Parts: sequence; structure tokens; C-alpha cells
Amino acid sequence: MSENLIHFVYLASAACFILSLKWLSAVPTARRGVIAGVIGMLLAVGGTLLDPSIEHYRYLAVAMVVGAIIGVPMAMMPMTAVPQRTALSHAFGALAAALVGTAEFFLRTPRIDHFTMGALTLEVILGSLTVTASLMAAGKLQEILPTRPIVYPKQNYVNLSVLGLAVLIGICLIVNPGAWVLFPVMVLLCLVFGVFLIMPIGGADMPTVIALLNSYAGLSSCMMGFVLNNKLLIVAGALDGSSGLILSIIMCKAMNRSFGNVLFGAFGQVKMSAAQVEQKPYRSASPEEAADLLRTADSVIIVPGYGMAVAQAQHKVRELFDVLTRQGAKVRFAIHPVAGRMPGHMNVLLAEANIPYDNLLEMDDANSEFPQTDVALVIGANDVTNPAARHDEGSPIYGMPILDVDKARTVMVIKRTMNPGFAGIENELYYLDKTLMLFGDAKAFVSELVKALSGS
Amino acid sequence: MSSDMLSNLYVFLLATFVGLEVIRRVTPLLHTPLMSLTNAISAIAVVGSLVIAGKAETSLSAALGTVAVAASMINVVGGYLITYRMVRMFKKREPKKP
Repeated sequence: MSENLIHFVYLASAACFILSLKWLSAVPTARRGVIAGVIGMLLAVGGTLLDPSIEHYRYLAVAMVVGAIIGVPMAMMPMTAVPQRTALSHAFGALAAALVGTAEFFLRTPRIDHFTMGALTLEVILGSLTVTASLMAAGKLQEILPTRPIVYPKQNYVNLSVLGLAVLIGICLIVNPGAWVLFPVMVLLCLVFGVFLIMPIGGADMPTVIALLNSYAGLSSCMMGFVLNNKLLIVAGALDGSSGLILSIIMCKAMNRSFGNVLFGAFGQVKMSAAQVEQKPYRSASPEEAADLLRTADSVIIVPGYGMAVAQAQHKVRELFDVLTRQGAKVRFAIHPVAGRMPGHMNVLLAEANIPYDNLLEMDDANSEFPQTDVALVIGANDVTNPAARHDEGSPIYGMPILDVDKARTVMVIKRTMNPGFAGIENELYYLDKTLMLFGDAKAFVSELVKALSGS
Repeated sequence: MSSDMLSNLYVFLLATFVGLEVIRRVTPLLHTPLMSLTNAISAIAVVGSLVIAGKAETSLSAALGTVAVAASMINVVGGYLITYRMVRMFKKREPKKP
């Protein structure tokens, strides 16, 4: 009886998870989606605790309480830190999967059939490489580790042979699950591979990598479902895996690059040759001059980038939004899919600053609006506005979909200096006749703008 | 291969397709909450961890399982809470003040 009950509880839980993701598709139903997810998880945990073979409740209670106590501060981090928080939680998720896989292996070796052993091997390989890769990613995002790619000759060969060796040992284990000495070696190799995988990846590629790690963590849980013969784990893991996959494909498309290129291309290396361009003339303006132009503008599109988040300027940007709206201008925000350090990061930052979400434009909608726009104001974004991506076949970003800010009547760019950005690519937008460079810290400059505008 | 394994493969196949279809429809506005929500959902690993830790067949499996329970509980609690926090931040334009 209780066996059947558990199965039905799991079934209901799986339905909740699917509904949860379905409701997250739009803002008005998103809260319901989160609640459905919570109900699904409560059912899953409740159903599992009904299992009569579980006897040691005291350890479980302690572990659950400890987890919950760490979980709460993990949820209270500021929105600017969400990318590293997410990377860190991928590490926890993958750690759980890898540990369960390891425990299961040592309980059942050598009597494991080949199919189960295959799933277990995949679970542990994906789980353990995701643990160290996610920790590395979190370290880079938190800037504990250097954010620039770390590269050395023949790096890809080294990385691939470490992974290849781990897979080879995995195959040996599938053929002969009794060879338990090989198991720790495989885990170790995967942990090392995780570190190597992230070393050559630069900050600009983090959105893709985080999405990919999300997918790995999900697939690892999914494989655990095969090992434990638990369909709820398979469903939930597959949902997570497909979500990570879709997000990483979207990110790759938004940068016009392939998976292989992101993982092995070491984008974001400083290209000294590209930086040594001859001095070209450009126009700059003071906050007062810029404010005069903004005062007469009927439509303004603000293009925020990671630089805005670094300068913590989003609340000042909200004030600018208010002032301009009050004087009758139509103010919108254009958001490139890879703006920020994880998918959708910029939207959350602006939503936190109380900017209504119906004023946020996706790339395609924004691009059809730029030609009718008086002022495009770029704050802390660089490569995603570079017109070279459309026409200069020699440019490293050629073919990448960009925001066509150069189609607006006037372009303003808030930037610290004329130095090229993270990827070291010169942005020809800055030298156009219609472009005004506004030099300074994003937060300080935007508050100057607000002051000048509201002073009139 | 047992019939259990085969039906598990069907479940995997169908769940992946459902996942791809459902998630393709999620607005890019909510991609960050999507990621933290799927992260919380994949903390379903807690189910496997609870079974391993609760049975405590060997001291190794008990220890590994207990750590796994704690690690996945971090994601259960942290993941849903932060997703809810984020989702609540998205607001429509305020009605115009007179």
C-alpha cells in the first residue's frame, strides 16, 4: 500500500514541476509557477520519507536543517551577485548527485548490471566535473580568481586527454563493475577536468558556461534516476537538463558562436594588435550638454550592459528614467541576450530597481525602434553595440547579432575612457559623427545627468 | 536490459521533449529566475540522498548520503526563495498619477 502511495505522490510531484515551468513562461503567472515548484518538492520529500526502508531520521533531520540554514543566506544575496550564487548552487546540486552515485557504487559493486553502471558512470562523471567547474566559475564571477582567460600552448589537448582518460576508465568500469579501485581515479580526473575546463574561459562567456553547467547538473540528477530506478528523478533532471541546453543555445546564437568555440576558443584574450589603432577624432560632452539634448528628446532607449551592474548604477538609472518620463519622453531599455553575466541578468537588475518590465525591449523589438529614436544612451555596454559586427568581416565579432544603436538620431555612450573593452575590440560606434562620448563612472555620470535635468 | 530500464528511457525521452517545449516558451525577461527555479527543481537529488542516508547500509554510504542531503537542501531552500524574490520584483507600469 505505502509503496503505491509513494508512487502516486511522486507522480503528482512530477506534474507540479512541469506546471511550475509552464507558469514561469510569463510574468503574471510566474509566482504561481514558483509555488507549484515548492509544492512539487514538498510532495517529493514527503513521499520519500514515507519509505519504510528509511530508518535513521535523526541524521536526516540534522542534514536537512543544516542545508536549510545555509540555503537562506544563499537566497538573500544581492541581485548583482546572482550569477556567482547560481554557479555555486550548480556546484551543490552536482555534489549531491556525485556523492549519491559514489555511495551507490560502493554499496552495489560488483553486482551492478552494465546498463545501470553506464548511468552511474555518467552521473558521477557529469556530477564531479560540474562541482569543480562551477566552483571555478563562481570564483571568476566573484573575482576571487582572475577573470581573464588563462591559456597555455596545447591546452585543448591536455584538457581533452584528461576527460578522455576519465571516460576510458568509465568504460572499463561499465565492462567490469568489480574494479572498484578505478572508481576514485575516475572521480579525481573529472574534478581536475572541471578546473581545466573553466581556466580558459573569460568573463564575457560566462552566460553560456553557466547555462551549460546547469544542464550538466540536471543530467547528473537524471542519471541518478536511472540508477535508483526512480522516475521522478528522471523527469525533474530531464527538465533541468533541457532548460540548461536551451539557454546555452540561445546564448551561443546571441554571440554567433558554437559550443566548441565557447569551450575551446578562449575568447576574450587581449588582442594587442587590435588595440593599437590610430587615434581617430571623437566628440565628448559634459553632463549639462548631454542633459540639454535629453531635454528635447521625445524618445530615449537606454542600453545597459555589465558595466552598469559593476558601477551599481541601476538605481540612479531608475531616477533618470523617472525624470525623463516626467518630462514626457518615452523611455525604454534595450536588452541584449548576453548582457550581464548570466542569461536574463540585466532584466532582474532593472526589475529590482523598480523599472516596469513592459519598458524592457528584447533585441529584435529594440532594433525596429532605434530608427525612430531620438537618443540611444549606452551605459556600460560595448561589444553588443559595435556596428563592425554587421559589416566588418575581419572583426572577431563579425556576424554577432547586435543592438543597432547607431540607427538612432543621437548616440550617447557613458564610458570611463576610450580604452577598448573586455574583448579588446575597437568599437567604431564611438567615432561616428552622431555619437557623444560621456566620460566618467556610470553611477556618478547618471546622477549628474539627473541633477542637470531636474534642475531646470 | 530490464523492462524497468526501458520504461525509464521512455520517461526520459518524453520528459526531455516536454522540457524543451515548455522552456522554449519562457520569456527572456525571466531567464535568470528560470535558471534558479530549474536549479531548485534539480535539487530533487534530495530524494536519492534521503534514501541513501536514511538506509545507512554502510558508514560510507551514510556519510556521503548525509552530506548529499545537506547539499541538496541548500538548493531546495535557497533556490525557491531567491526565485520567489526575483519574480516578485517584476512589476507592471504604475497607473499614471493624476
